[in-house]
Amino acid sequence: MSRTRAPVALAVPAVAAVALVVLPLVYLLLRAAGGGLDVFEVLGRPGTLTLVVKTLVLVAAVTGTAIFVGLPLAWLVTRTDLPARRVIAVAAPLPLVIPSYVAALALLGAFGPRGLVQQLLEPLGVERLPEIYGFVGAWLALTLSTYPYVFLLAGAALRGLDPALEDAALGLGRSRWGVFRRVTLPALRPSLGAASLLVALYTLSDFGAVSLMQYNALTRSIYVQYRSLFDRTPAAVLALVLVALAAVLLVLEERSRRRVRASASGAERRPKTIPLGAWRWPAFAFCATVVAFFLVVPLAVLVYWTARGVELGHGIDFAWEAALSSVSASALAAVIAVVAVLPVAFLAERYPARWTRTLERLAYTGNALPGIVIALSLVFFAANYLTPLYQTLALLVFAYVVRFFPQALAGVESALQAVHPRIEEAARSLGHGPLRVLATVTVPLIRRGLLAGAALVFLNAMKELPATLLLRPIGFETLATEIWKYTALGSYSRAAPPALLLILVSAPFVYLLAARRGSDVSAPG
Amino acid sequence: MRRVMVLAVGALLGLAAGCGGDDDAGANEKLVVYSGREEELVEPLFDRFEQETGIDVEVRYGDSAELAATIAEEGDNSPADVFFAQDPGSLGAVEREGLLTTLPQDTLDRVPARFRDPDGHWIGTSGRSRVIAYNTDALSEGDVPDSVFALTDPKWKGKIGIAPTNASFQAFVSAMLLQLGEERTRDWLEGLKANEPKLYEKNTPVVEAVGSGEIELGLVNHYYLYLVKEENPDAAVANHFLTGEDPGALVSVAGASILETADHADAARRFVEFLLSDPSQRFYVDEAEEAEYPLVAGIDAKSGLPPLDNLRGPQIALDQLGSELEQTLELLNAVGFTT
Repeated sequence: MSRTRAPVALAVPAVAAVALVVLPLVYLLLRAAGGGLDVFEVLGRPGTLTLVVKTLVLVAAVTGTAIFVGLPLAWLVTRTDLPARRVIAVAAPLPLVIPSYVAALALLGAFGPRGLVQQLLEPLGVERLPEIYGFVGAWLALTLSTYPYVFLLAGAALRGLDPALEDAALGLGRSRWGVFRRVTLPALRPSLGAASLLVALYTLSDFGAVSLMQYNALTRSIYVQYRSLFDRTPAAVLALVLVALAAVLLVLEERSRRRVRASASGAERRPKTIPLGAWRWPAFAFCATVVAFFLVVPLAVLVYWTARGVELGHGIDFAWEAALSSVSASALAAVIAVVAVLPVAFLAERYPARWTRTLERLAYTGNALPGIVIALSLVFFAANYLTPLYQTLALLVFAYVVRFFPQALAGVESALQAVHPRIEEAARSLGHGPLRVLATVTVPLIRRGLLAGAALVFLNAMKELPATLLLRPIGFETLATEIWKYTALGSYSRAAPPALLLILVSAPFVYLLAARRGSDVSAPG
Repeated sequence: MRRVMVLAVGALLGLAAGCGGDDDAGANEKLVVYSGREEELVEPLFDRFEQETGIDVEVRYGDSAELAATIAEEGDNSPADVFFAQDPGSLGAVEREGLLTTLPQDTLDRVPARFRDPDGHWIGTSGRSRVIAYNTDALSEGDVPDSVFALTDPKWKGKIGIAPTNASFQAFVSAMLLQLGEERTRDWLEGLKANEPKLYEKNTPVVEAVGSGEIELGLVNHYYLYLVKEENPDAAVANHFLTGEDPGALVSVAGASILETADHADAARRFVEFLLSDPSQRFYVDEAEEAEYPLVAGIDAKSGLPPLDNLRGPQIALDQLGSELEQTLELLNAVGFTT
């Protein structure tokens, strides 16, 4: 590891980027400070502790299940002779593109009381399905939205792993399971850590699923406070509690990361395919169940609603124009986010010092905030201090970048970890400056990681709603706002076509993410 | 890769410049409305106003409360001229920030005093009544209680649906607080809680749940019935209107207001006036899918609805609901509906 001091040319843009990303935190501190002693009153309410506990329980459950579902899937499709693994490789990460409020609505449509599944089972004498409202529903809907993070990041790490290590362990007489536990799993730790972090932050910040499922997480309470309008202090205090929880998670993840060393050598070797033998079909059944439950069921509900809309004479309005708006705003956000993330990630990975690591961790904290908080903070700053930019496309894109900075960061960092610093050191020893090395050596080497980060930002921006509603230029319709327009009225038959279109338009980008092969790290174009 | 990025950033700057450049460039007069009322419900009104006046209306749709919070954050720099909201609570919140201007008296006079702000800062544009929605397969209208106080009877255990985090339910509880005081309201909420009502996010899912038979009774606003029927004509649900001064008979309004800082104050006044004109009021009777009450005297509600004059409800002023909200939330919290 390089011990040189961080170059100013990197430090300045990195600090500037993070300073912009933490604007919502500044806003919250302003609002909370305006409340004076009320802050302690809100913190001291018995209800606040209950909210924290319920939120943490949900975060733990969702993160655990996302790993339990995502990791085996990733291993099976990258390493084994699983039947139909190409199809599964593409289908498994697709739920990522379903907004969590749509996922929750669809799950309710399927498994809710008197939902489609119950109607199907009625002839068999099934009068009631297990209760979905509350914890179970929130847990399922959020697992659906988040396990693809684990699948994608673990999958990428599995592909980049040097098979020589596993081969050696096998040669030493370890069992398959032993090799997985002692060699593969530790090597996956950084990517699992990054993925878990994204999952946990997503769960902390989500409002759509918990409100539809009526689970009392902190975000739901924050929204109730905002909607009650008399005082913005309690909402700000509760949002800061979310940030504090995020900070704890960030420190934990940082600790777990320190114990592992990067193992990727950059060597280019395709690992041997592991024959599953008798486990082939049970493994396939597992994958098929996951895809059926988390992808086919919501899609089926959306198609059913669309069909009902046709029956009711609504016709199908696919909102292509909104799709174009969504794609252009999200694509801009994706590109800008990756550019902004680079100096932060590079600094933290290549010039590890307390301040560079802190800067990088700080960039994650805003991701724990629900969209409405980020939206209102940008309303405040832009309307009062950047009036010409207020409610322009530029501000909307900026909001996406702020909200999904961590997604880009996670993608770029995991790619950086896979490139050995020695390659860059060689370039520096030839007399190139740090920016030049970053541009000519590192960026080409990690360009797949950059694409992955960009795709994650893109997909999240495509489904973003709260900030879009408040910050978009007037008349700028996105697919998310189209869906909202109808779900707000309970008109699911008219909300379903734009939701299907959102999935359709996003799917190729997921394919791009999922289908990249092991050859990533090598040839720079 | 780098070339792509340069292009993209260039494009963004171009777009941003483009968006910023068209301010008041056109010849037409302009009006900016923040609408907490759904596009699907009110867009025809905006279109008609544009046609009649030639004024370009720019509408930002959103949740009423979120838009109110937005206006509060924007402060003096708000681009909005008119705030068209779903409930008196959101209007009152902006009023308390001192951001609303007084409406012209002849506009205010269009509706009865009970449907507008006593200080003249906002005016109701359409009315809605609280009702008990009931499942028509399980119950006949005669079985449905005539007072919300009967809902604490154990025979309704597990059969009631409410949306405690929704503004309309909170307004109803606030009305009860104003009318009957904290003790009775708390008793009622605790009695209701003991009956294990099912909780939903908002009114529409409550009516859907009643229609599907998931529950038998729902405490909602009257017009959601029509939205749910539109989506699912077979839904087995109907409204039961409560009479007298029962808090469950609260009549509330959606309303409009003009911002103190409006750049297009003239157009804004014309727009509010337009919303209260006879043809616009008739829109709720003849065209709107959701059948709200027109508020202007002499225009009768959609047939099948009890006349507005027969709906009394608790004798409280709508603008007071907002100031009760803090206590309402504390009560809902203490009884355990929101934690």
